[in-house]
Amino acid sequence: MSEVRRTIEAVWSMEAPKLIAALTRLTRDVGIAEDLAQDALVAALEKWPQTGLPDNPGAWLMTTARRRGIDLIRRSRLRERKYEQLAGHTPLYAEDEPDLGEGVGDDLLRLIFLTCHPVLAQESRVALTLRLLCGLTTEQIARSYLAAEPAIAQRIVRAKRTLAAKQVAFELPEGRQLQERLSAVLEALYLMFNEGYAATSGDDLLRPLLCREALRLSRVLAELMPGEPEVHGLAALLELQSSRLRQRVAPDGRLVRLRDQNRARWDRLHMRRGLAALERGRSLGRRYGPYLLQAAIAACHAEAPSEAETDWVRISALYEALMQGQPSPVVELNRAVAVAMAFGPAIGLAIADELERRGELAGYHLLPSVRGELLQRLGRPAEARAEFERAAGLARNARERELLLEQAAACEAI
Amino acid sequence: MKFMMIVKGTTDSEAGVLPAPELIEAMQRYNEELARAGVLLAADGLQASANGIRISYPEPGGKPKVVDGPFTETKEIIAGYTLIEVKSREEAIQWAMRMPDPHGGGQGQIELRQVFEPEELTPDAEWRQRENELRRQVESQRRG
Repeated sequence: MSEVRRTIEAVWSMEAPKLIAALTRLTRDVGIAEDLAQDALVAALEKWPQTGLPDNPGAWLMTTARRRGIDLIRRSRLRERKYEQLAGHTPLYAEDEPDLGEGVGDDLLRLIFLTCHPVLAQESRVALTLRLLCGLTTEQIARSYLAAEPAIAQRIVRAKRTLAAKQVAFELPEGRQLQERLSAVLEALYLMFNEGYAATSGDDLLRPLLCREALRLSRVLAELMPGEPEVHGLAALLELQSSRLRQRVAPDGRLVRLRDQNRARWDRLHMRRGLAALERGRSLGRRYGPYLLQAAIAACHAEAPSEAETDWVRISALYEALMQGQPSPVVELNRAVAVAMAFGPAIGLAIADELERRGELAGYHLLPSVRGELLQRLGRPAEARAEFERAAGLARNARERELLLEQAAACEAI
Repeated sequence: MKFMMIVKGTTDSEAGVLPAPELIEAMQRYNEELARAGVLLAADGLQASANGIRISYPEPGGKPKVVDGPFTETKEIIAGYTLIEVKSREEAIQWAMRMPDPHGGGQGQIELRQVFEPEELTPDAEWRQRENELRRQVESQRRG
């Protein structure tokens, strides 16, 4: 690819979310908006190599795309008026042609709420967000999900169709609806990050692209909604997790557990940003939601010089609070680990055993993995080994499986 | 990838003259734009070099030489920096191009530098290299 082309594509991907957001407001159709934004890219690729980059490339792209958008509206209005005369329909497009310089932030926010709308399936929300808010190509998204490109393309097309069919409005939800919709947005970003952080399948543990984009969007969201504590909670959580990203995987590609990580190499900048975001969320003075709680847990790890010097009592209490607000067997399992560290392996094992008995985590490799560790600490190596082997059999990620088999093998040594 | 946009010193910044309100406002708007794009990591302005010291090691293995500011060569002085995290070098260049002229009187200069990623610097890279070396040796022995 030529340098000019790379530059033009870089400019476009910086502007694309803003373009798509403004054009969605204009045309009330995110699919059309994306097409118009793409048209503007094509126009730039034709024009800029001759003329050089305009002084304000963002404005150029916006004007070009908008002009085409307005043409499109005029044409369909003409058609529509005929339909309206026949059927008396309400106009399809908004009457106002808003000034696109103003309210860019609000439009971006509307776009995030649209791509993370609950009418869409969870995986479609993430794919559509990556496509429209991160300017990623379908190929890039497919690669980071180890999925076939046509499958991702299909998913995105279907998502756009669903939004159109359900006539999802391009607007900011209000009141109680806002909180519900906001948690759908936060969840989508959280899942995007997690898929990159702990890839559920395949050979590699990390998909840096997904982590990076989820983190970036969480920062954007924190700028756009500074009054929402949970937004800062998510940003804090992702910054803190990112600070450990590089130490999570050994040079030979193996998973490194938190306790074995070299804490001196955790990224100080991410850590500091994470702690600052947590403080911003806290200072709003509302009750901790699940993301602030998880960020507070991550902060305990960030501030501890070693596993032994970690405030496990506080972490246990934070997991307890998390369980109260959002009961889930995975949280309960984490609580078992923290309680074991704070109050001894026997108490932790009792919690894990109860989870085992309830069968809610059947098939989840981390339950036998945790039980294995606790059994080993209790001096029951034979049972521990069986649990690690069971966990290895359940793990879908090759690297995790490797680590679990090593742990199983190490049990004999004691 | 991370980049640092380094704003070089000017006679004004060295004299402790604060930038004009319009420039401060333009810089704030720019920083907001960076933050809203989710690429801003850190941004700070530095005090004049009159308040700084310079530590140099003119003799290999010798004692450091400490000199108090101000330092004379204005263009070599850093007046501020902005750290960003972006997708590509091209994107970094575009952001740097959008930064307002930091002086407005002909002395404005911004330097764009890429930040090393930890794996390019830490012993891990060495370790990996040693590991690869060892692997090559083992393989060649096996073949031989």
